[in-house]
Amino acid sequence: MDNSPQLFQYVLSGLSNGAIYALIGFGFAIIYNATGIINFAQGEFVMLGGMLTLFFLVFLSFPLIPAIVLAILISTVIGIAFERLAIRPLKNATPLSMVIITIGASILIRGIAMLIWGKDTHAVPAFSGNDPLYIAGATILPQHIWIFAITLLIIAANKIFFNYSIVGKAMRACAYNSQAASLVGINVKTMVLLSFVISSAIGSMAGIIIAPLTMTSFDVGIMLGLKGFCAVIIGGMSSGLGTIMGGLLLGLLESLGAGYISASYKDAIAFIILLLILFVRPEGLFKQKETERV
Amino acid sequence: MLQLFLKNGLVAKTTMTKEKREIIIFLIFTLAVLITPFFLRGSYFLNVLVFIGINTMLAVALNLLLGYAGQISLGHAAFFGLGAYVSGVLTTRFGLDPWLALVIAAAVSGVLAFIIGFPILKLKGHYLAMATLGFGIIMFIIFNETVAVTGGPSGLSGIPNIQISSLIFDNDWSNYYLIWTITLLVMLLSINLSQSRIGRALRAIADSEVAARVMGVNARLLKVQIFTVSAVISAMAGSLYAHTMTFISPASFGFNFSIELVTMVIIGGLGSIYGSFLGAAILTILPEFLRILQDFDIIVYGLMLIIMTMYLPGGLISGLEQIAGFIGSKIKSRGGSHA
Repeated sequence: MDNSPQLFQYVLSGLSNGAIYALIGFGFAIIYNATGIINFAQGEFVMLGGMLTLFFLVFLSFPLIPAIVLAILISTVIGIAFERLAIRPLKNATPLSMVIITIGASILIRGIAMLIWGKDTHAVPAFSGNDPLYIAGATILPQHIWIFAITLLIIAANKIFFNYSIVGKAMRACAYNSQAASLVGINVKTMVLLSFVISSAIGSMAGIIIAPLTMTSFDVGIMLGLKGFCAVIIGGMSSGLGTIMGGLLLGLLESLGAGYISASYKDAIAFIILLLILFVRPEGLFKQKETERV
Repeated sequence: MLQLFLKNGLVAKTTMTKEKREIIIFLIFTLAVLITPFFLRGSYFLNVLVFIGINTMLAVALNLLLGYAGQISLGHAAFFGLGAYVSGVLTTRFGLDPWLALVIAAAVSGVLAFIIGFPILKLKGHYLAMATLGFGIIMFIIFNETVAVTGGPSGLSGIPNIQISSLIFDNDWSNYYLIWTITLLVMLLSINLSQSRIGRALRAIADSEVAARVMGVNARLLKVQIFTVSAVISAMAGSLYAHTMTFISPASFGFNFSIELVTMVIIGGLGSIYGSFLGAAILTILPEFLRILQDFDIIVYGLMLIIMTMYLPGGLISGLEQIAGFIGSKIKSRGGSHA
């Protein structure tokens, strides 16, 4: 029996989910590198992206592009508010209090989303229809192409911003040594705020492009956020190639595992990988081990 | 007898040692627990108090880990669930005595915690949070998907009540005294532990693990041991929950409940056993008041977590102590001016 078309479908959906995980992972990495915080609310921005697009597109019948732009804008404003109200006022924060505050924020955002939009799961219309394209005997949805194209675009923009723009370089300087960065005149607080802006924008974009494939509801943020974290852990907390590889690897394993082993344990696969990586190589698969400084 | 004790306590206030004060506070608390049911009418309040007891056990267990050793767990509902399911499955499918099932449930949970404790507690801060969270979700998926054993999402029913010879714990009064007897024992054990050499070593680890190790504390083993103790207490609470409710389903043991437990510990006060009781009581009673809001109580939890961590990191119990200290100093200064 020839089962290669089936395999192709698994690989395709694995890669497109994996691209989303990588984008969400980027959001984690950008904030972590600027502040040393793992933002447990990261997944909620992904949820906001999807839900806000749905809200503008379907409930208020806006055209697609304005709906997407508004969704990203509002998510970003919420990201800024989160940084200003909950992160910046905190002095002498321990990792523990940071974990708890970002969890508090994620519960709050999720709760408010439930209050506004209810508990139903909604389908979001695809960007350009649902007619599958046939490429070399395999079917591919236009939305998959959108996902790959937008992901590539974001990765490229990210790369250019952090490597070539003066602001991007300043952010990297803060990540490397914030004290030294402030000595050479970089406003560290602004860079932290900017990291929240970028990461909530990328997060919501990820939520927007995946929503037509997976449906959306107020509580999709938990799982997507955790899987994005899994991707960035594999990538060693970088917003670079490692995290992209991590996301794609996770997406593929999950999709193949669901297809060939058991669909009901699909989510467990991601977490078993997460635990294994944390146990065996917490510094990521692609990074050299560093000595802990006391 | 207690009257005498209290009198002695009050007279000897100036020379009273810390240990004596702890004993007196615990005795007053115990007395309050024992007589409370006589002031309540109707089974509704008793039922709520039974839940407060179970949640207190869980919050105290998590507090040992989070408040004393400074190690976060975002997956503690998994041990609660494991206790409930081991007990539930052993009694319904294999006809074991509930007491025996409780012991086995606690042992299984303890062994699991001890085994995963070594790799998990090697991690710190955010990584530890994520790893425990991942563990919690894996266990939740297992409760849900092993339908043949656990009954899956529709739950496991017909779990027998606990029995001591002819006394069956199947009504609110008997359940109240059963649950609270064990809760009080857990609290006493935890207070004892926190005042001991182990408690001091745990606090040292929370302050600085490296410094603690330099001082000769076997930090790695101690963290795993307290994780295990915490898991055993949580599983006992789970087993008792299963036998009082007689029905369990995975929804009670998910990620949200793990977060709820962390909330109890934080709002009550990290490192305070009575704080854990306070946190458990508030988070058990609050949904009863917020019932009109249905599931929107999570908004309140989120706000509480943020506000408490930002403005009152010691929790409500430290807030109460501050208020008491303030009033105390006022009285003292007034008394001083008269003299």
